[in-house]
Amino acid sequence: MSQTEDSGKPVYRAVGLTKVYGSGAAEVHALRGVDLELFEGERVVLLGASGSGKSTLLNILGALDTPTAGQVFFRDRELTKLSDRALTAFRRDHVGFVFQFYNLVPSLTARENVALVTEIARAPMRPEEALERVGLSARLDHFPAQMSGGEQQRVAIARAIAKRPDVLLCDEPTGALDSKTGVQVLEVLVSVNEDLGTTTALITHNMATRKIAHRVIHLADGLVAKVERNDAPVPPAQVSW
Amino acid sequence: MRALDAKLLRDLRRIWAQSLAIALVLACGVAVLVLAHGTQTTLSQTRDAYYERNRFADVFASATRAPEQLTEEIARIDGVAQVQTRISKQVILDMEGMVEPAMARLVSLPVAGAPVLNVPLVRAGRLPDPLRPDEVALSAPFARANDLRAGDSFRAILGGRMRELTVTGLLLSPEFIYTISPGTMIPDDRRFGIIWMGRAAAAAAFDLEGAFNDVALRLTRGASVDAVIAALDDLLAPYGGTGAQGRDGQMSHAFLQGEMDQLAAIAVVLPPIFLIVSAFLVNMVLGRLIAQERAQIGLMKAVGYRTGEIGWHYLKMSAGIGVGGVLLGWGVGFWLSGLMTGLYAQYFSFPYLVPVPSTWAFAVSAAMGLAAVLVGALRAVARMVRLSPAEAMQPPAPPHFRRGWADRLGETLRLRQTSMMILRSILRWPGRAAVTLLGVAASVSVLVASFFSFDAMDVVIDEAFFQTNRQDVTLVLASARGTDVLQDALALPGVMQVEAGFSTPVRLSAGPREDLVSLEAHGPGDQLVRVLDQSGRAVAMPPQGLLLPDTLAAELGVRPGELLQVEFLAPPRETHMIPVSAVTRQSLGQAAHMSRAALFELMRVAPQVNRINVTFDGHALADLYARVKETPAISGVLLWSDLRRQLTAQIEQNLLTMVFAYSVLGILITVGVVYNAARIQLSERAHELASLRVLGFSRAEVGFVLVGEIMVLTLAAVPVGWVLGYAFAALTAGGLSTELVSIPLVVSVRTYATAALIVVVSALVSALMVRRRLDRIDIVSALKQKE
Ligand SMILES: Nc1ncnc2c1ncn2[C@@H]1O[C@H](COP(=O)(O)OP(=O)(O)OP(=O)(O)O)[C@@H](O)[C@H]1O
Ligand SMILES: [Mg+2]
Repeated sequence: MSQTEDSGKPVYRAVGLTKVYGSGAAEVHALRGVDLELFEGERVVLLGASGSGKSTLLNILGALDTPTAGQVFFRDRELTKLSDRALTAFRRDHVGFVFQFYNLVPSLTARENVALVTEIARAPMRPEEALERVGLSARLDHFPAQMSGGEQQRVAIARAIAKRPDVLLCDEPTGALDSKTGVQVLEVLVSVNEDLGTTTALITHNMATRKIAHRVIHLADGLVAKVERNDAPVPPAQVSW
Repeated sequence: MRALDAKLLRDLRRIWAQSLAIALVLACGVAVLVLAHGTQTTLSQTRDAYYERNRFADVFASATRAPEQLTEEIARIDGVAQVQTRISKQVILDMEGMVEPAMARLVSLPVAGAPVLNVPLVRAGRLPDPLRPDEVALSAPFARANDLRAGDSFRAILGGRMRELTVTGLLLSPEFIYTISPGTMIPDDRRFGIIWMGRAAAAAAFDLEGAFNDVALRLTRGASVDAVIAALDDLLAPYGGTGAQGRDGQMSHAFLQGEMDQLAAIAVVLPPIFLIVSAFLVNMVLGRLIAQERAQIGLMKAVGYRTGEIGWHYLKMSAGIGVGGVLLGWGVGFWLSGLMTGLYAQYFSFPYLVPVPSTWAFAVSAAMGLAAVLVGALRAVARMVRLSPAEAMQPPAPPHFRRGWADRLGETLRLRQTSMMILRSILRWPGRAAVTLLGVAASVSVLVASFFSFDAMDVVIDEAFFQTNRQDVTLVLASARGTDVLQDALALPGVMQVEAGFSTPVRLSAGPREDLVSLEAHGPGDQLVRVLDQSGRAVAMPPQGLLLPDTLAAELGVRPGELLQVEFLAPPRETHMIPVSAVTRQSLGQAAHMSRAALFELMRVAPQVNRINVTFDGHALADLYARVKETPAISGVLLWSDLRRQLTAQIEQNLLTMVFAYSVLGILITVGVVYNAARIQLSERAHELASLRVLGFSRAEVGFVLVGEIMVLTLAAVPVGWVLGYAFAALTAGGLSTELVSIPLVVSVRTYATAALIVVVSALVSALMVRRRLDRIDIVSALKQKE
């Protein structure tokens, strides 16, 4: 499944996104006018130096944060016009997140961590089904502290996909993992993208990982520096780290 | 179960010790409210039902001798619904096996049937047969204390004659729920009781045929008590009326009411302290928990949980603590109110006294308890819930330390770095330090305010039974006599010292305010019965003018130098304007005092005596008592030495329980505050403390940083607690003072010291409990922790 700007409809459209942190002397321009589109079902990798604004961009797309200026459209809706309440509802219904440090609730088991989301979602999978997708059927009742990093990250992915989101936003999902485990996690993400058609955006520092993407967006200094198309994505297992 | 609820339960289980500590503090407040208000409800409901069913009178009056025909006139007074005339006399009894004389109030029963007012309740046997002059019924507590049953007999001196009386039954009466012999203020069921006797027999015995000397009225709804009293006083004045009184002047009622007012005062003063402390604790603990779960909160927001849902999640957690505390408090409070009711049943004679659960107290305590924890939680929750999800998921900025005066102070004092850490941490989190300090101060204050009641009691007892009344015995004469009776009294066996006493009923008025009290005469050299000034020293009687206890003076609104209208309610029944010459201290009862010479000059009679105060040699006791029993002129005996012994024993018996109960309250607050503060410290600074261990500091040195900070705050809190405690004591003294007992505001050094000691020790123990956890901390994992 390979979609391009010509064939697909954009899921996201960002126009002139600017984000300024702090004020006065301490002002940091994290984004300086980013224009960007993400298309239905595509797999995008975001690359860029540390501090280039990747996380900031992803957080704004996922409605975790609001831009200082500029617009974000999700399908036909302008996110930048929505109230806090509506943004919460938007996240609840459309977006799945995966973070570098998993962010599991330590006092809940794998199954319950997933249930945390399915309980408030509209048409979720069963938590068991989501965990099976990430190959953790045997770990349903384990607490985060009883699992390895890779397992925890897969629980986080199960939690993100269990609500059948329209987009999956992953901020360095393999950042805290060794290469072998990292590949496993990427495989799960790719399979979700291919089987469920979930638009997936993934931040990474690993240049090799870009090979799994349909498109690679390079950020530099708060701007989109370059967009590459990759017409022949390779499976994660063949990516050399 | 929903995943969030599962998290809730597990979090609560993880912080169970802290939750429990808070719940216990909360439970104290709830329990005190349920206990005090519940007991008060039980007393008042039982009393009201009893009053209603047994038709307790509204107005009481006595006279010397009023003709029976006056009854109809009394009944015609506007507002009077029912009238009960009777004969009522104080008599001396000679109980088998008791060396000392006992006393009783004899009350007549109507010629036919039961009285229409103050209807006695037959507990055993029957009412005396009106045709049999030797039959009487006894108040049940007196009979029980003297082991008398229906059919038994005992001897009494009635109208100067020793009579053998037969008990027909045991009674209780709404008039005598609390029975004390006049002048002593302490119940003594063995030596004072009530005797009911047929009207004809009583009239014959006291030479009151066709007359009465006591009357009780029940008023119509809405009638003015004052108007009826005024009218009744007018009718009785020619017959030796000594002033009618409403229920508030009736001994038993006044004592019961005083007790209930005290319970109400406790219910108002104590619970708020506990509730406020709980609110602060919840704020502290939940604030910390939420700070720890910052990333989780960010996550919940990220996945689409609404702010309200997350806030509710944490509120539910504090509500869980609140519900636990409330339920525990309810249980303990209700259980204690059962015990307390049982205790009251010993002192107050009700036909039944079953704890009535006070719905109001349950509802209000639950509402206030939950409100306290929720208010405490709200602030903590509100702060965190405002964060944007992206922000929340980032670790908080590291705490900001600045060099300031504290550092210069530390350098000047050459403090070690570990001491500096303590100082900086207090200054870095002043809010938390303040909560700890105020919480500990609150426990000191609760202890001071509680132990203060012992100090006050000590003063009251010392004043009444050791400073003011120093006689062994007071002989109450049936009627006033010339001073030559003192010679007769001195001739009684074993008597070493006699002193004349005289008291007469008066109505004092200053403008619209008035009060019925007795006016007591004092000689210049009186040694046995003395009057104390406000600093507790015996005063010399001024040659002219009145001495008034401070509470009475305040009630009448008069100051030394001002004139008071004094209406003598016994012959010569005149009214004089007399200046107040000084204000005195009298905690038990209220009487006005005057120089004997001045009083009798005013009354224009030769000096008289109606009570004789005596000291005696213990060896001749039996002889003395025997003589007293057979002397018709003596109508009553107050045995002061016995009272003193009895009181001291009673206090010693209850002291330990009371000290224990109060200490538990104070300790629970301290533990709640200190344990939580230390746990939070530990979790926040685990990393820092573990680093110290890595650097080679010993466990003790690292423990010092933790325990030291808590103890510094505790020691700083002690003086604050003393001041707060004194304020609460002042509040309590006001609330506990009644018409009959005015509580002096004295807090002893012992009280301050004990309060401080209890609090410092329990703070130390709590901090050391947390220190033990520090010992168990795994250095490596503590260092790895992100936060
Ligand atoms: N909450 C914040 N307050 C102030 N500045 C911030 C905040 N968050 C990010 N920044 C700044 O904004 C810029 C972009 O940050 P961002 O986290 O988007 O970078 P990034 O590309 O994700 O970097 P990395 O690869 O290190 O994760 C950085 O200079 C960062 O210091
Ligand atoms: Mg980043």
